[in-house]
Amino acid sequence: MNLNSMTQQNRLQTGGRINRNKSLAFKFNGTSYPGFAGDTLASALLANGVDVVGRSFKYSRPRGIVAAGADEPNAVLQLGATEATQVPNVRATQQELFDGLVAASTNGWPSTDNDMMSYIGKVGGRMMPPGFYYKTFMYPQSLWDTYEKFIRKAAGLGRSPIENDPDIYDQMNHHADVMVVGAGPAGLSAALAAGRTGARVILADEQAEFGGMLLHSDETIDGKPACQWVDEVVAELTQMANVMLLPRSTVNGYHDHNFLTIHERRTDHIADLAPKGQVRQRMHRVRAGWVVLATGAIERPLVYGNNDVPGCMLASAVSTYIKRYAVVPGKELVLMTTNDRGYKAAFHWQDAGRKVVAIVDTRAESTAACVVEAQKRGLKVIKGSAVIEVKGSKRVTGVTIASIDAKGNRVTGNVRKLGCDTVASAGGWSPAVHLSCHAGSRPEWRDDIQAFVPGKTLQKQLTAGSVNGSYTLNACLEEGAQRGALAAANAGFGDQSDELVKVPTVSEAAEGPAMALFHVPHTKPTSRAPKQFVDYQTDVTAAGIEVATREGFESIEHVKRYTAMGFGTDQGKLGNINGMAIAAKSMNKTIPETGTTIFRPNYTPITFGAIAGRNCGELFDPKRYSAMHRWHLENGAKFEDVGQWKRPWYFPQAGESMQDSLNRECKAVRESAGILDASTLGKIDIQGKDAREFLGRVYSNAWAKLAVGKCRYGLMCGEDGMVFDDGVTACLAENHFVMTTTTGGAARVLEWLELYHQTEWPDMEVYFNTVTDHWSTLTISGPNSRKLLSELTDDIDLSKDNFKFMDWKAGTVAGVPARVFRISFTGELSFEVNVQANYGMYVWEKVFEVGAKYNLTPYGTESMHVLRAEKGFIIAGQDTDGSVTPIDLGMDWCVANSKPFSYIGKRGMAREDCVKENRKQLVGLKTKNPQVVIPEGSQAVADPKQPIPMTMLGHVTSSYYSACLNHSIAMGFVRGGLSRMGETVYYPQPDGSVIEAEVCSPIFLDPKGARQNV
Amino acid sequence: MFSIYCPYCEEHREEEEFHAKGQAHIARPLDPENCSDKEWGEYLYFRDNPRGLHHELWVHATGCRKFFNITRDTQSYEIKETYKIGAKPCFTATQDQ
Amino acid sequence: MSELVMAKQETQTSLYAQMNQLPGVGPRAESPLYHADLTTIAKQGPVDGSVQLQELALLGHLVLRGSLQNGSFVKGFARVMGFALPGPMQSAAEGDASVRWISPDEWLLIVPGSDAFSVETRLREAMEGHYSIANVSGGQTVLMLSGKDAISVLKKSTGYDLHDSNFPVGKVVTTVFAKTQAVIRRTGPQEWELVVRRSFSDYVWLWLQDASAEYGLIVRG
Repeated sequence: MNLNSMTQQNRLQTGGRINRNKSLAFKFNGTSYPGFAGDTLASALLANGVDVVGRSFKYSRPRGIVAAGADEPNAVLQLGATEATQVPNVRATQQELFDGLVAASTNGWPSTDNDMMSYIGKVGGRMMPPGFYYKTFMYPQSLWDTYEKFIRKAAGLGRSPIENDPDIYDQMNHHADVMVVGAGPAGLSAALAAGRTGARVILADEQAEFGGMLLHSDETIDGKPACQWVDEVVAELTQMANVMLLPRSTVNGYHDHNFLTIHERRTDHIADLAPKGQVRQRMHRVRAGWVVLATGAIERPLVYGNNDVPGCMLASAVSTYIKRYAVVPGKELVLMTTNDRGYKAAFHWQDAGRKVVAIVDTRAESTAACVVEAQKRGLKVIKGSAVIEVKGSKRVTGVTIASIDAKGNRVTGNVRKLGCDTVASAGGWSPAVHLSCHAGSRPEWRDDIQAFVPGKTLQKQLTAGSVNGSYTLNACLEEGAQRGALAAANAGFGDQSDELVKVPTVSEAAEGPAMALFHVPHTKPTSRAPKQFVDYQTDVTAAGIEVATREGFESIEHVKRYTAMGFGTDQGKLGNINGMAIAAKSMNKTIPETGTTIFRPNYTPITFGAIAGRNCGELFDPKRYSAMHRWHLENGAKFEDVGQWKRPWYFPQAGESMQDSLNRECKAVRESAGILDASTLGKIDIQGKDAREFLGRVYSNAWAKLAVGKCRYGLMCGEDGMVFDDGVTACLAENHFVMTTTTGGAARVLEWLELYHQTEWPDMEVYFNTVTDHWSTLTISGPNSRKLLSELTDDIDLSKDNFKFMDWKAGTVAGVPARVFRISFTGELSFEVNVQANYGMYVWEKVFEVGAKYNLTPYGTESMHVLRAEKGFIIAGQDTDGSVTPIDLGMDWCVANSKPFSYIGKRGMAREDCVKENRKQLVGLKTKNPQVVIPEGSQAVADPKQPIPMTMLGHVTSSYYSACLNHSIAMGFVRGGLSRMGETVYYPQPDGSVIEAEVCSPIFLDPKGARQNV
Repeated sequence: MFSIYCPYCEEHREEEEFHAKGQAHIARPLDPENCSDKEWGEYLYFRDNPRGLHHELWVHATGCRKFFNITRDTQSYEIKETYKIGAKPCFTATQDQ
Repeated sequence: MSELVMAKQETQTSLYAQMNQLPGVGPRAESPLYHADLTTIAKQGPVDGSVQLQELALLGHLVLRGSLQNGSFVKGFARVMGFALPGPMQSAAEGDASVRWISPDEWLLIVPGSDAFSVETRLREAMEGHYSIANVSGGQTVLMLSGKDAISVLKKSTGYDLHDSNFPVGKVVTTVFAKTQAVIRRTGPQEWELVVRRSFSDYVWLWLQDASAEYGLIVRG
C-alpha cells in the first residue's frame, strides 16, 4: 500500500513540531498507518482517526486516548515486531514513532473494535461490584492461577516475550551536586541557574525534547516564542561541561538520601531492536547533593456520565495534539472547564479550523477576559453548566448538558443535548507530587489551589513551578531560577547572585478563580447515573467509591484497596484526586481530612531489562575459578556450584555414569592415589602475639599447646553453642597461623573474627588477612601419595616418623616453594600441597606427569563427600544446620571446657535445652538393603505404621553409595541416636515405600584411623 | 539506598558497600559462666525494635572492613551520626524525646 | 650485619613464618588472566576503541597491617621504602613500588614480583611490635584501565564518585565493582588501576569487555 496516498484525516497542513518530510509507517492491531517523524504513537493514531485503542479491564468498554503524556491510562499498548522484542505496558503517548513500529492493544479479545468480553462485561459489571478484587481473589487459593490469567487478560497488563531479549541494557552510576527533574520552564530555568555556578548538574526529562509545556504553548518569553527561549537555554546547557542532559529519561524513583533512579530509553525511538552494540535502555543511578523537583502538574479530567467514551479527552491534551503534533483529534468540540486555562483548548481547536460547539464553564461567574476572548472569536460560552453525560460507544456522538448549582452538588435544570464528537474537560491541575512521596513524605493539601503539593521531607529537595502549585509561566521561570541557584549554593556552589536568578520577561493574562469541582452531578443519583469513571485503568467509578465508603471503608488507603483505584500501571495519575474528593464528599469530610494515598516507585512502568542491566546471562553472578580451572575443563570435569565457586564435581570418562565415575574415583583414592583441587577452601592468615589466644576463644577446642609445625582441626560455634564452620588451622610460627574454613564460609568466618576482634577484644594483638586466592591447594590422597610426592620433592622429608599425621612442612614441590600439610579428609595418607596460586597449574601438571604410574586420579567434590562420609567426617553446612552442638555431632573430643576463657559457644552449649537428654544426635545409618541409598532429607520414624502425622526422630544429612564398602552409607540425626546403636529406624518415602536402616557408628571405614597414619 | 559516612574512610559511601549487623552496644557478658540461661538468652536473642532512633552496628564490608555504629531513625531512615566502636552516640532516643 | 640485627632476625623467624614463594627459573607462572591470553588479543584484537586494558601480571603484593601508633611500623616502612605510608584514601609511589591505603591499619604494597620476598624481609627487619605482613601475590592481579571512555566503563561498574573533584590522581578506594570488589587507584587523568582478586578476575574481564563494548576495547600486552 502506498502510504503517501493514505490520508491522515486529522493532520493539519501546517504547524506542530513534526517533520512532514519524513514519513514513517507503523502498524496498529494489524493495520498499517502513516505518520511523521516527531509524532508519538498516540499522535499518529489520532492523526489517522483511530478512536479505540483498548478495552477496559472490568466492563470491557471501548477506550480511546485521553492524555498526551505519562498520565495516559488507556493507550497502554504492547509493542514489538518480533517475539523477542515484545514490550508490554508502553504508553502510546510516550512512545516516539519510528518506521516499522508494530503495536497492539493488550486487552481486546478477540479484537478491540468488536470485543466479545463486552457482552460478558455488561453482565459482568453487575457481577463484579467494587471490592471484587479484594473479596473474590483472596480465596480460594487453589484458583489463584485461574484468577491470575483472568486478571492479566482483563487488566491489559500485556505479555512478556517468550524469547530472549536480544537487546543490551545497562546501568550507570552518577553523582551530582544538583539534580533537576523535569525540563519544562521551571526545570530549564533551575538547571541554567545551577549550571552557571559550575556545580555538577544533571537535568532529566521523560520527553525526547526539552521544554515541557512550552513545546505547545502560545506564550512569549522576552518577546520571543517560548520555543526559542527553550532552544537558547538548551544550547547554553549543552555547552556546559558540568551539566549532563538526559532526554527520554524518566526519573522513576526518588529514594532515601537523595538517591534517584532514572530510566533512559536510548534507542526505543529508533527501532524495535537496538542497533548492534548499542545500549537500548540505561538505568542511571544518581546520588545527588540537592534535588530540584520541577515535575510539573497533571490536568485533572472531570468525572461525568460515560466520560470514558473515546473522544473524551483532557483539555490540555487536545492543545498538545494540535499545537505540538498538528493533529486535531476530532471535528466538533464541546469543552467543559472549571477554570480559565481550559479555554485555550477551545481557542486552539478553532484556530485549527474545526468547530467548537460550546464552551461549558461550570462557574456561574466566569472570568471576564476569557469570556470576552471567546465572544470575540464568536464562541458560545454556557456558564454555570456542565456536561453531565456523553452519548456514543466507540466515539462520542453528543453530550447532555445541564445547569448546576454554585457548589457543583446538583443539577438545577436546563437539561439539553448538543451534538459533538469530542469532549475536552479541564478540571484543574494536580501537581505531579509522585517523586516527592517516594521516600515517605505525604503531600499536603492547599485549599487555594485545590490540590496536593509536596509535603515536608527530610530529603535535600526543593520544588519549583507547577509541582509547587505555581502554575503561571512567570512563577515557573522565577521559582526555577531561584531554586536552581539555591540548590547549587546549598551544595557549595555560587552565591545566588542576581545574575543567576535573572528571569526573562513574560506577558500573560492574570487568571481568575477556578471552581473546585471533581464529580459532575447528574439528574439521577450517582448509583443510577451512567457510569462516571474515576480511574479508567481499573474501571473504578464514582458509584463504586460511594459503595466503598458506605461499606465502612473510611481510610483512603482502604478505599483504594477496596476499589482498586490507583492500582493500574498509571498509579491513578488522572483519577486519584477525583477519587479522594468523591470519597471525602460521600463521608462529609474535606479532602485533607480524608487524606491522600502516597505514590511509590516507579513513576511509570519500567522494563526488567533496565532493572537487570548487565547482570544477566554470563554476568548474572560472578563465577569464581581456581588456578587449575582450565585443566578441569580440558579433562571433562562436571562442575558443582559452591557459593560462587565452580568446583569440579566429578570427572567422568567416556561412557561413564556419574555413579561409575564416583566409584572409580573413590577406589583410586583408597587403592592408590587421587588428587583434589582444594584451592577454594577459605584461608585466613593470622599474625600477632595474641593469635593463639584468639583461636582458643573462637574454636571450641584447645590451641594453647599447638606447636609450631603442627595442624589441628577446629569447630567454630556461635554464641548459641551451635556449630557453624570448621577447618584445620596450622601453627606456622609462634605468632603466626593459617586457618582454613569451608569454601562457602570463608567470607563469613573472616567477618566473624573481625567482629570479635574489633568490638569485643580490640586490645588483642592480632591481624587477620584473607589468603584464600593466594594459595592453590592440591590434595594428594591415597596409599601411594607419599611415593608420588617423593618424586617431586627433594627437600621435604616425607618419612612416616619425620612428617607425622597433622604436621606441616615447608619445602619445594616440582621446584616450587610449598607448604605441605599432612592432613586428611579421606582417611587415607594425604598431603595438601599449597603453592602460590600463579604456580598452581604448573605444579598440578607436574604431579600428573609423575602420577601416571600410580594411577593418579582426579576426583571432585562428590567423591570427596563419599570418601569423607565413609570416615564419618562432617561437612559444616551439610551435616550441620545451625541447630547442632559439637556434642550432638558426637564430637566431644573437639570441646575443651577446661580452657580458662569462656570461648564462644561454651555458655550456649550449657543451656538447659542443649544439655537435655534425648537431643537429636548424628549417627551412621546402614540400610537393611545394602544397595538402597536413602534420599538425603528423609525423615526418620520409629514406627512406619503410625498414622500421619508421624513422630519424626530426625533426618538424613548425607547419603551415598560406597563402592569401596559395597554398600550404601548414610549419616543423619536421630533423637537419642547415640544410645540407639543397633536399633532400626524407618525412612518413609514419598512413593509409599519405607527404607529400613540400622543405627550405627558414622565411621564406616577404618575406625582406628590406621590408614591415615601409615 | 542509604548514603553512609564511614568514620574510618572519612567520607560518604554507598549502602551497597556495607552490611548491617544488628543492634549496637550489645556487649558480650564478661563472665558468661555466671549468666543464668535467661540472661544468656537475652544477650543472644532479645533486641530492641524502636520506632525512632536506633543504634545499629554496621560493617564497611566492601571497603575498610571496619565495624562502626550508626544512630538511625527507623521511621524516616535519617542517619543522625556514625561513630567508631568504643565511642558514645551523641544522639539518643531519650535525649530526642 | 650487626649482631643486633642478627638477633632480631632470629626472633622474627621464630615468631613469624616467612617464605620465598617464588621458584627459580623454570616453573611457569600463570597470572589470574593467563587463560584469557591477553598477549595474543593485544596483537590480533581490535585496534580501534577509546578504552584500553592491560594486565600488570605477576607483581608482588604485600598486605601490611599495623597501627600508626606503632612508630617502628611507620618509620620502618618509610626507611625501607623511601616514602611514607599514605593517609586515608591516599596512595604513594616511588620507582616501581607503590602503596595504597586500605583501612586505618591496612595498606597494600605492590612491588615487582621478584622483590616481594626481599621487601618483606627488609620490612620485617625494620619493624617491631604488633604488625603483620601477608604476601598475597598469587591472590590478586592488577588491571590498568585507561582511555577517554574508561571513566564511563567505571561508572557502569562502581557507585563511587569518580569525578576529578572527588577522585583526583593518587586517590585510592576499595569499593564494589560490578558484583565483586576492587581496589581502584587513579593513576592519571584518564587512567585507573584496579586490583582484583584472582578468583574473580575472569568475571571482571568478562564484565569489562561487555561494559566497554560500545566504546571499543583495546587490549594491551
